[in-house]
This record gives sequence, structure tokens and C-alpha cells, in this order.
Amino acid sequence: MSRERIGASELLRLDAVSMHYGAGENSVTALAGVDLSVKRGELVAIMGASGSGKSTLLTIAGGLVTPTSGEVVIDGQYLRDAKPAQLAAIRRRTLGFVFQDFNLVPALTAVENVSLPLELDGWKRSKARRAALDALHLVELDDRSEHFPDDLSGGQQQRVAIARAVVGGRTLILADEPTGALDSQTGEVVLRMLRSRIDEGAGGILVTHDARHAAWADRIVFLRDGRVVDETRRDDASALLATGA
Amino acid sequence: MSVRHGLLALLSQGPSYGYQLKVEFERRTGDSWPVNVGQVYNTLDRLERDGLIERGETDGDGHVFYAITDAGAAEARAWLEGPVVRGAAARDELAVKLALAVTLPGVDPEAIIHAQRVATIRSLQELTRSKAAGGDPDSPEEFVWQLVVDALIFQAEAEVRWLEHSEARIRRLQARSGSGGADGGATASASRPVSAEPPATTTASAR
Ligand SMILES: Nc1ncnc2c1ncn2[C@@H]1O[C@H](COP(=O)(O)OP(=O)(O)OP(=O)(O)O)[C@@H](O)[C@H]1O
Ligand SMILES: [Mg+2]
Repeated sequence: MSRERIGASELLRLDAVSMHYGAGENSVTALAGVDLSVKRGELVAIMGASGSGKSTLLTIAGGLVTPTSGEVVIDGQYLRDAKPAQLAAIRRRTLGFVFQDFNLVPALTAVENVSLPLELDGWKRSKARRAALDALHLVELDDRSEHFPDDLSGGQQQRVAIARAVVGGRTLILADEPTGALDSQTGEVVLRMLRSRIDEGAGGILVTHDARHAAWADRIVFLRDGRVVDETRRDDASALLATGA
Repeated sequence: MSVRHGLLALLSQGPSYGYQLKVEFERRTGDSWPVNVGQVYNTLDRLERDGLIERGETDGDGHVFYAITDAGAAEARAWLEGPVVRGAAARDELAVKLALAVTLPGVDPEAIIHAQRVATIRSLQELTRSKAAGGDPDSPEEFVWQLVVDALIFQAEAEVRWLEHSEARIRRLQARSGSGGADGGATASASRPVSAEPPATTTASAR
């Protein structure tokens, strides 16, 4: 089959992605034909009501879930064609994922949680640890690096998860409500940090309920019932106002 | 608020003249509220007339200095320390527009919400961008400017949240009233307090 060459600056592309959970009468359509592209230096925010498909879109974009139909391309690699080893390498090196429920390893300290993906990728322990401490510093958690997740507040755990997603120069950052547990000032620290990573050449998707945080993005995409209903760009004077139907 | 209170607050720090007051007012509000010198002189005249300030000496450059009176100092303190009471929320243009849209047949309130949300988010993005590009937040000028920008950012955010809340409420109402009616189904017909028909048709007001 002939496939369009992906632009060099394009980090992520979703082509006509649909996702149905379950089958028959109980089947749920979580996404219905979503197209989305993220370039280097671009942050895209996704907004939408609870259940509109935001987390589904993010897990598909990160290759954690295979869509029912449609294609996902990360850094030129069609995920459907990727071998398990290739997929694992993309997850370790390119992708930084912030889960809505943090997903920290309870038996590891904050700094160990952050350095884990680097060590899995073959970094020397001491170098991985240094990078992890730097990442924790960015989210203002220097004094909590040796704590276990259970001994951290919700917002602190969330910041560990964010540090883990940006450590080691990941180029595609996918963050599901990364500021959900944070007060507004700490949320802004995280957004500034994310924004500067993106400005340095990464790309990212930020799922958020908070318009104030979405406003840090270059584009804001609204999902409703699994479809993109409208889109706001930062630079274009024109905002696209599509009818959802 | 008025420029009046701002000038009074500045004068409570010591005597000053018109142009200096204009510059200080703008600097201390992060240039968020430009005033022209004429406006400052008019305000000073009114403050003098009301006994809140007094005309003092004229310096070598012809600047007329004004000094605050006891009554003026009391008013400045009352303004600074008292809460700001805003005008009736019911007069907010957007809220009124949406309220009308919900009751008028043939008007789609969701389209209004969409258009407003796009516009408000775009201005939120612009505010955020200018804030992100701002200088060192430790300098006093930058700090007060960011305070003012933050106020605008939080107001815009609140508007977006209200729009989303309203959209969800309207959709729920439509679902409950099984709408989808002849006029496109966008308006919440069951909730229409009065018909948009002229009052000649008395049946319309029977509800
Ligand atoms: N594993 C699953 N099995 C079945 N249905 C699912 C599954 N995951 C999600 N769904 C359904 O898919 C839809 C979209 O869910 P998703 O988690 O993507 O929403 P969301 O926009 O992230 O919501 P929230 O803001 O509450 O996090 C929902 O109707 C949900 O019930
Ligand atoms: Mg979710």
C-alpha cells in the first residue's frame, strides 16, 4: 500500500482514528474519525466534557491502545506496522506520558520513578539519577526526591509523573490533565516548563478542563462525543468553526 | 472604580501635579489603564470642588501642585480598604444575549456559545502569550503588569467555564424536553417563558 510521506517536522499524526469499546448493543464509540497532527514546537490542547474521548485519544496517540480503525504515525513510524521492539523504543525514548491517575511505581522513590525510564533505556544509573533530580527541580520537588509515592500529596505525585514524562529530552509529551491536582500557581509553573520544552523543539498534547491552562497551547481542539467540534489557533486570525455533524 | 479614586490614593502619599499623576497612575497599574492629561486635570478640578484636595504652590516650571485634605485622605483610605462592589451581573451583555437566545425561536444558543468560546479562548491565548513573553517578574513594573494581566486571564477563564456550563445545561434541557422541533431544535422550547409573537395572540401568554 502506498503511504504518504510524513513531513519532517511532524511528530505525530492521527488519520481518521475511530475507537469502539465493546461490541454489539453495548458498544461505545469513544472516538469517531479524528484527524490530528502535532509538529515540533507545537503544543495542542484538547478540551471537552467528561467522557468525550480525551483520554482515549491520548492513549491511542501514545500507542498504548490500538484504535479500531485509522492510523497513528509517530516520528514517521506507522504504529500499526511497528514491531514490538520498535514500539517499545518509541515509548522509552520519544514519548513522555502523564497519566490521568499518575501511574507511579509505589515501591520506588520519586527520583527512582523518574529515572526508571532512562535506566530501562540503558543510561548509567548515576547519569539517570542526575537527570531525574534536574527534572524534579523543574517541578519544584527538590526536597521530596527520596519520598515514596504514598508519602506524597496528590499534587506532588502528579509533579513526579510530569518530571518522569519530560526527563531525558523526550520529544513527544502527552499529558492527561497534568494540572488536575495542582493549585493554580503550581499549575502555572508546570505549564511554563512544558511550554519551554515545546519551544525547544518537542511537541505535545495537553488534555485539560481548564481554559487558562489550554491557553498555553498553540491550538485548542474541542472534542464532543468523540468528534472534533471546533478548533482555536493561536496565530491564525481565523478560527475554524466546524459543525460537529 | 474611577480615575478619581486612583488619583486620590496617589495624592495620599504627598502633593503632586497633573502630569506626574498621570505617569504614576499608569506606571503603578502596569500601563493597563492609559489616561490622558486632560482627564486628569478634569478629575483634579472635581476633587478640589468636592473639598478632597487643595490647590497648592506652583513650581518654577509652572506645575500646579495639589495636596490631599483630611476628607480626601479618609475617602482614599475607605476606597483602598473597602471591597469593590461590582454592577449587577444581570446586566452582563453576554448573559443577557444568551438568555434572549434561549427564549427566541429560530436562534441557536449553542451557536452563540461556540462563537463566544472561540473568541474568548483566543483572547485568553493572547493574554497568556504576552504574559509568557513578559520580563522578569521580580521587577515592580513587570509584577504589577502581571497582576493586571492575571485578572483578565482569570476573568476570561471564568467566562469559558460559564459557557461550558451553560452549554451542558441547555443540552440537558433539550434532551429532557425531547426537543428537535420544527425550528431546528436548538432552542429550549419548553422553557420559553413567553412567545416571541406580538401580544395580539393572547393564547401565547396563557403559560
Ligand atoms: N476501557 C473501556 N471500556 C469501555 N468503555 C470505555 C473504556 N474507556 C473509556 N470508555 C468509554 O469511552 C468514552 C470516552 O472515555 P474517555 O476516558 O476517553 O473520556 P475523557 O474525555 O477522558 O473523560 P474524563 O474527562 O472524564 O477523563 C466514555 O464514554 C467511556 O465510558
Ligand atoms: Mg480522561
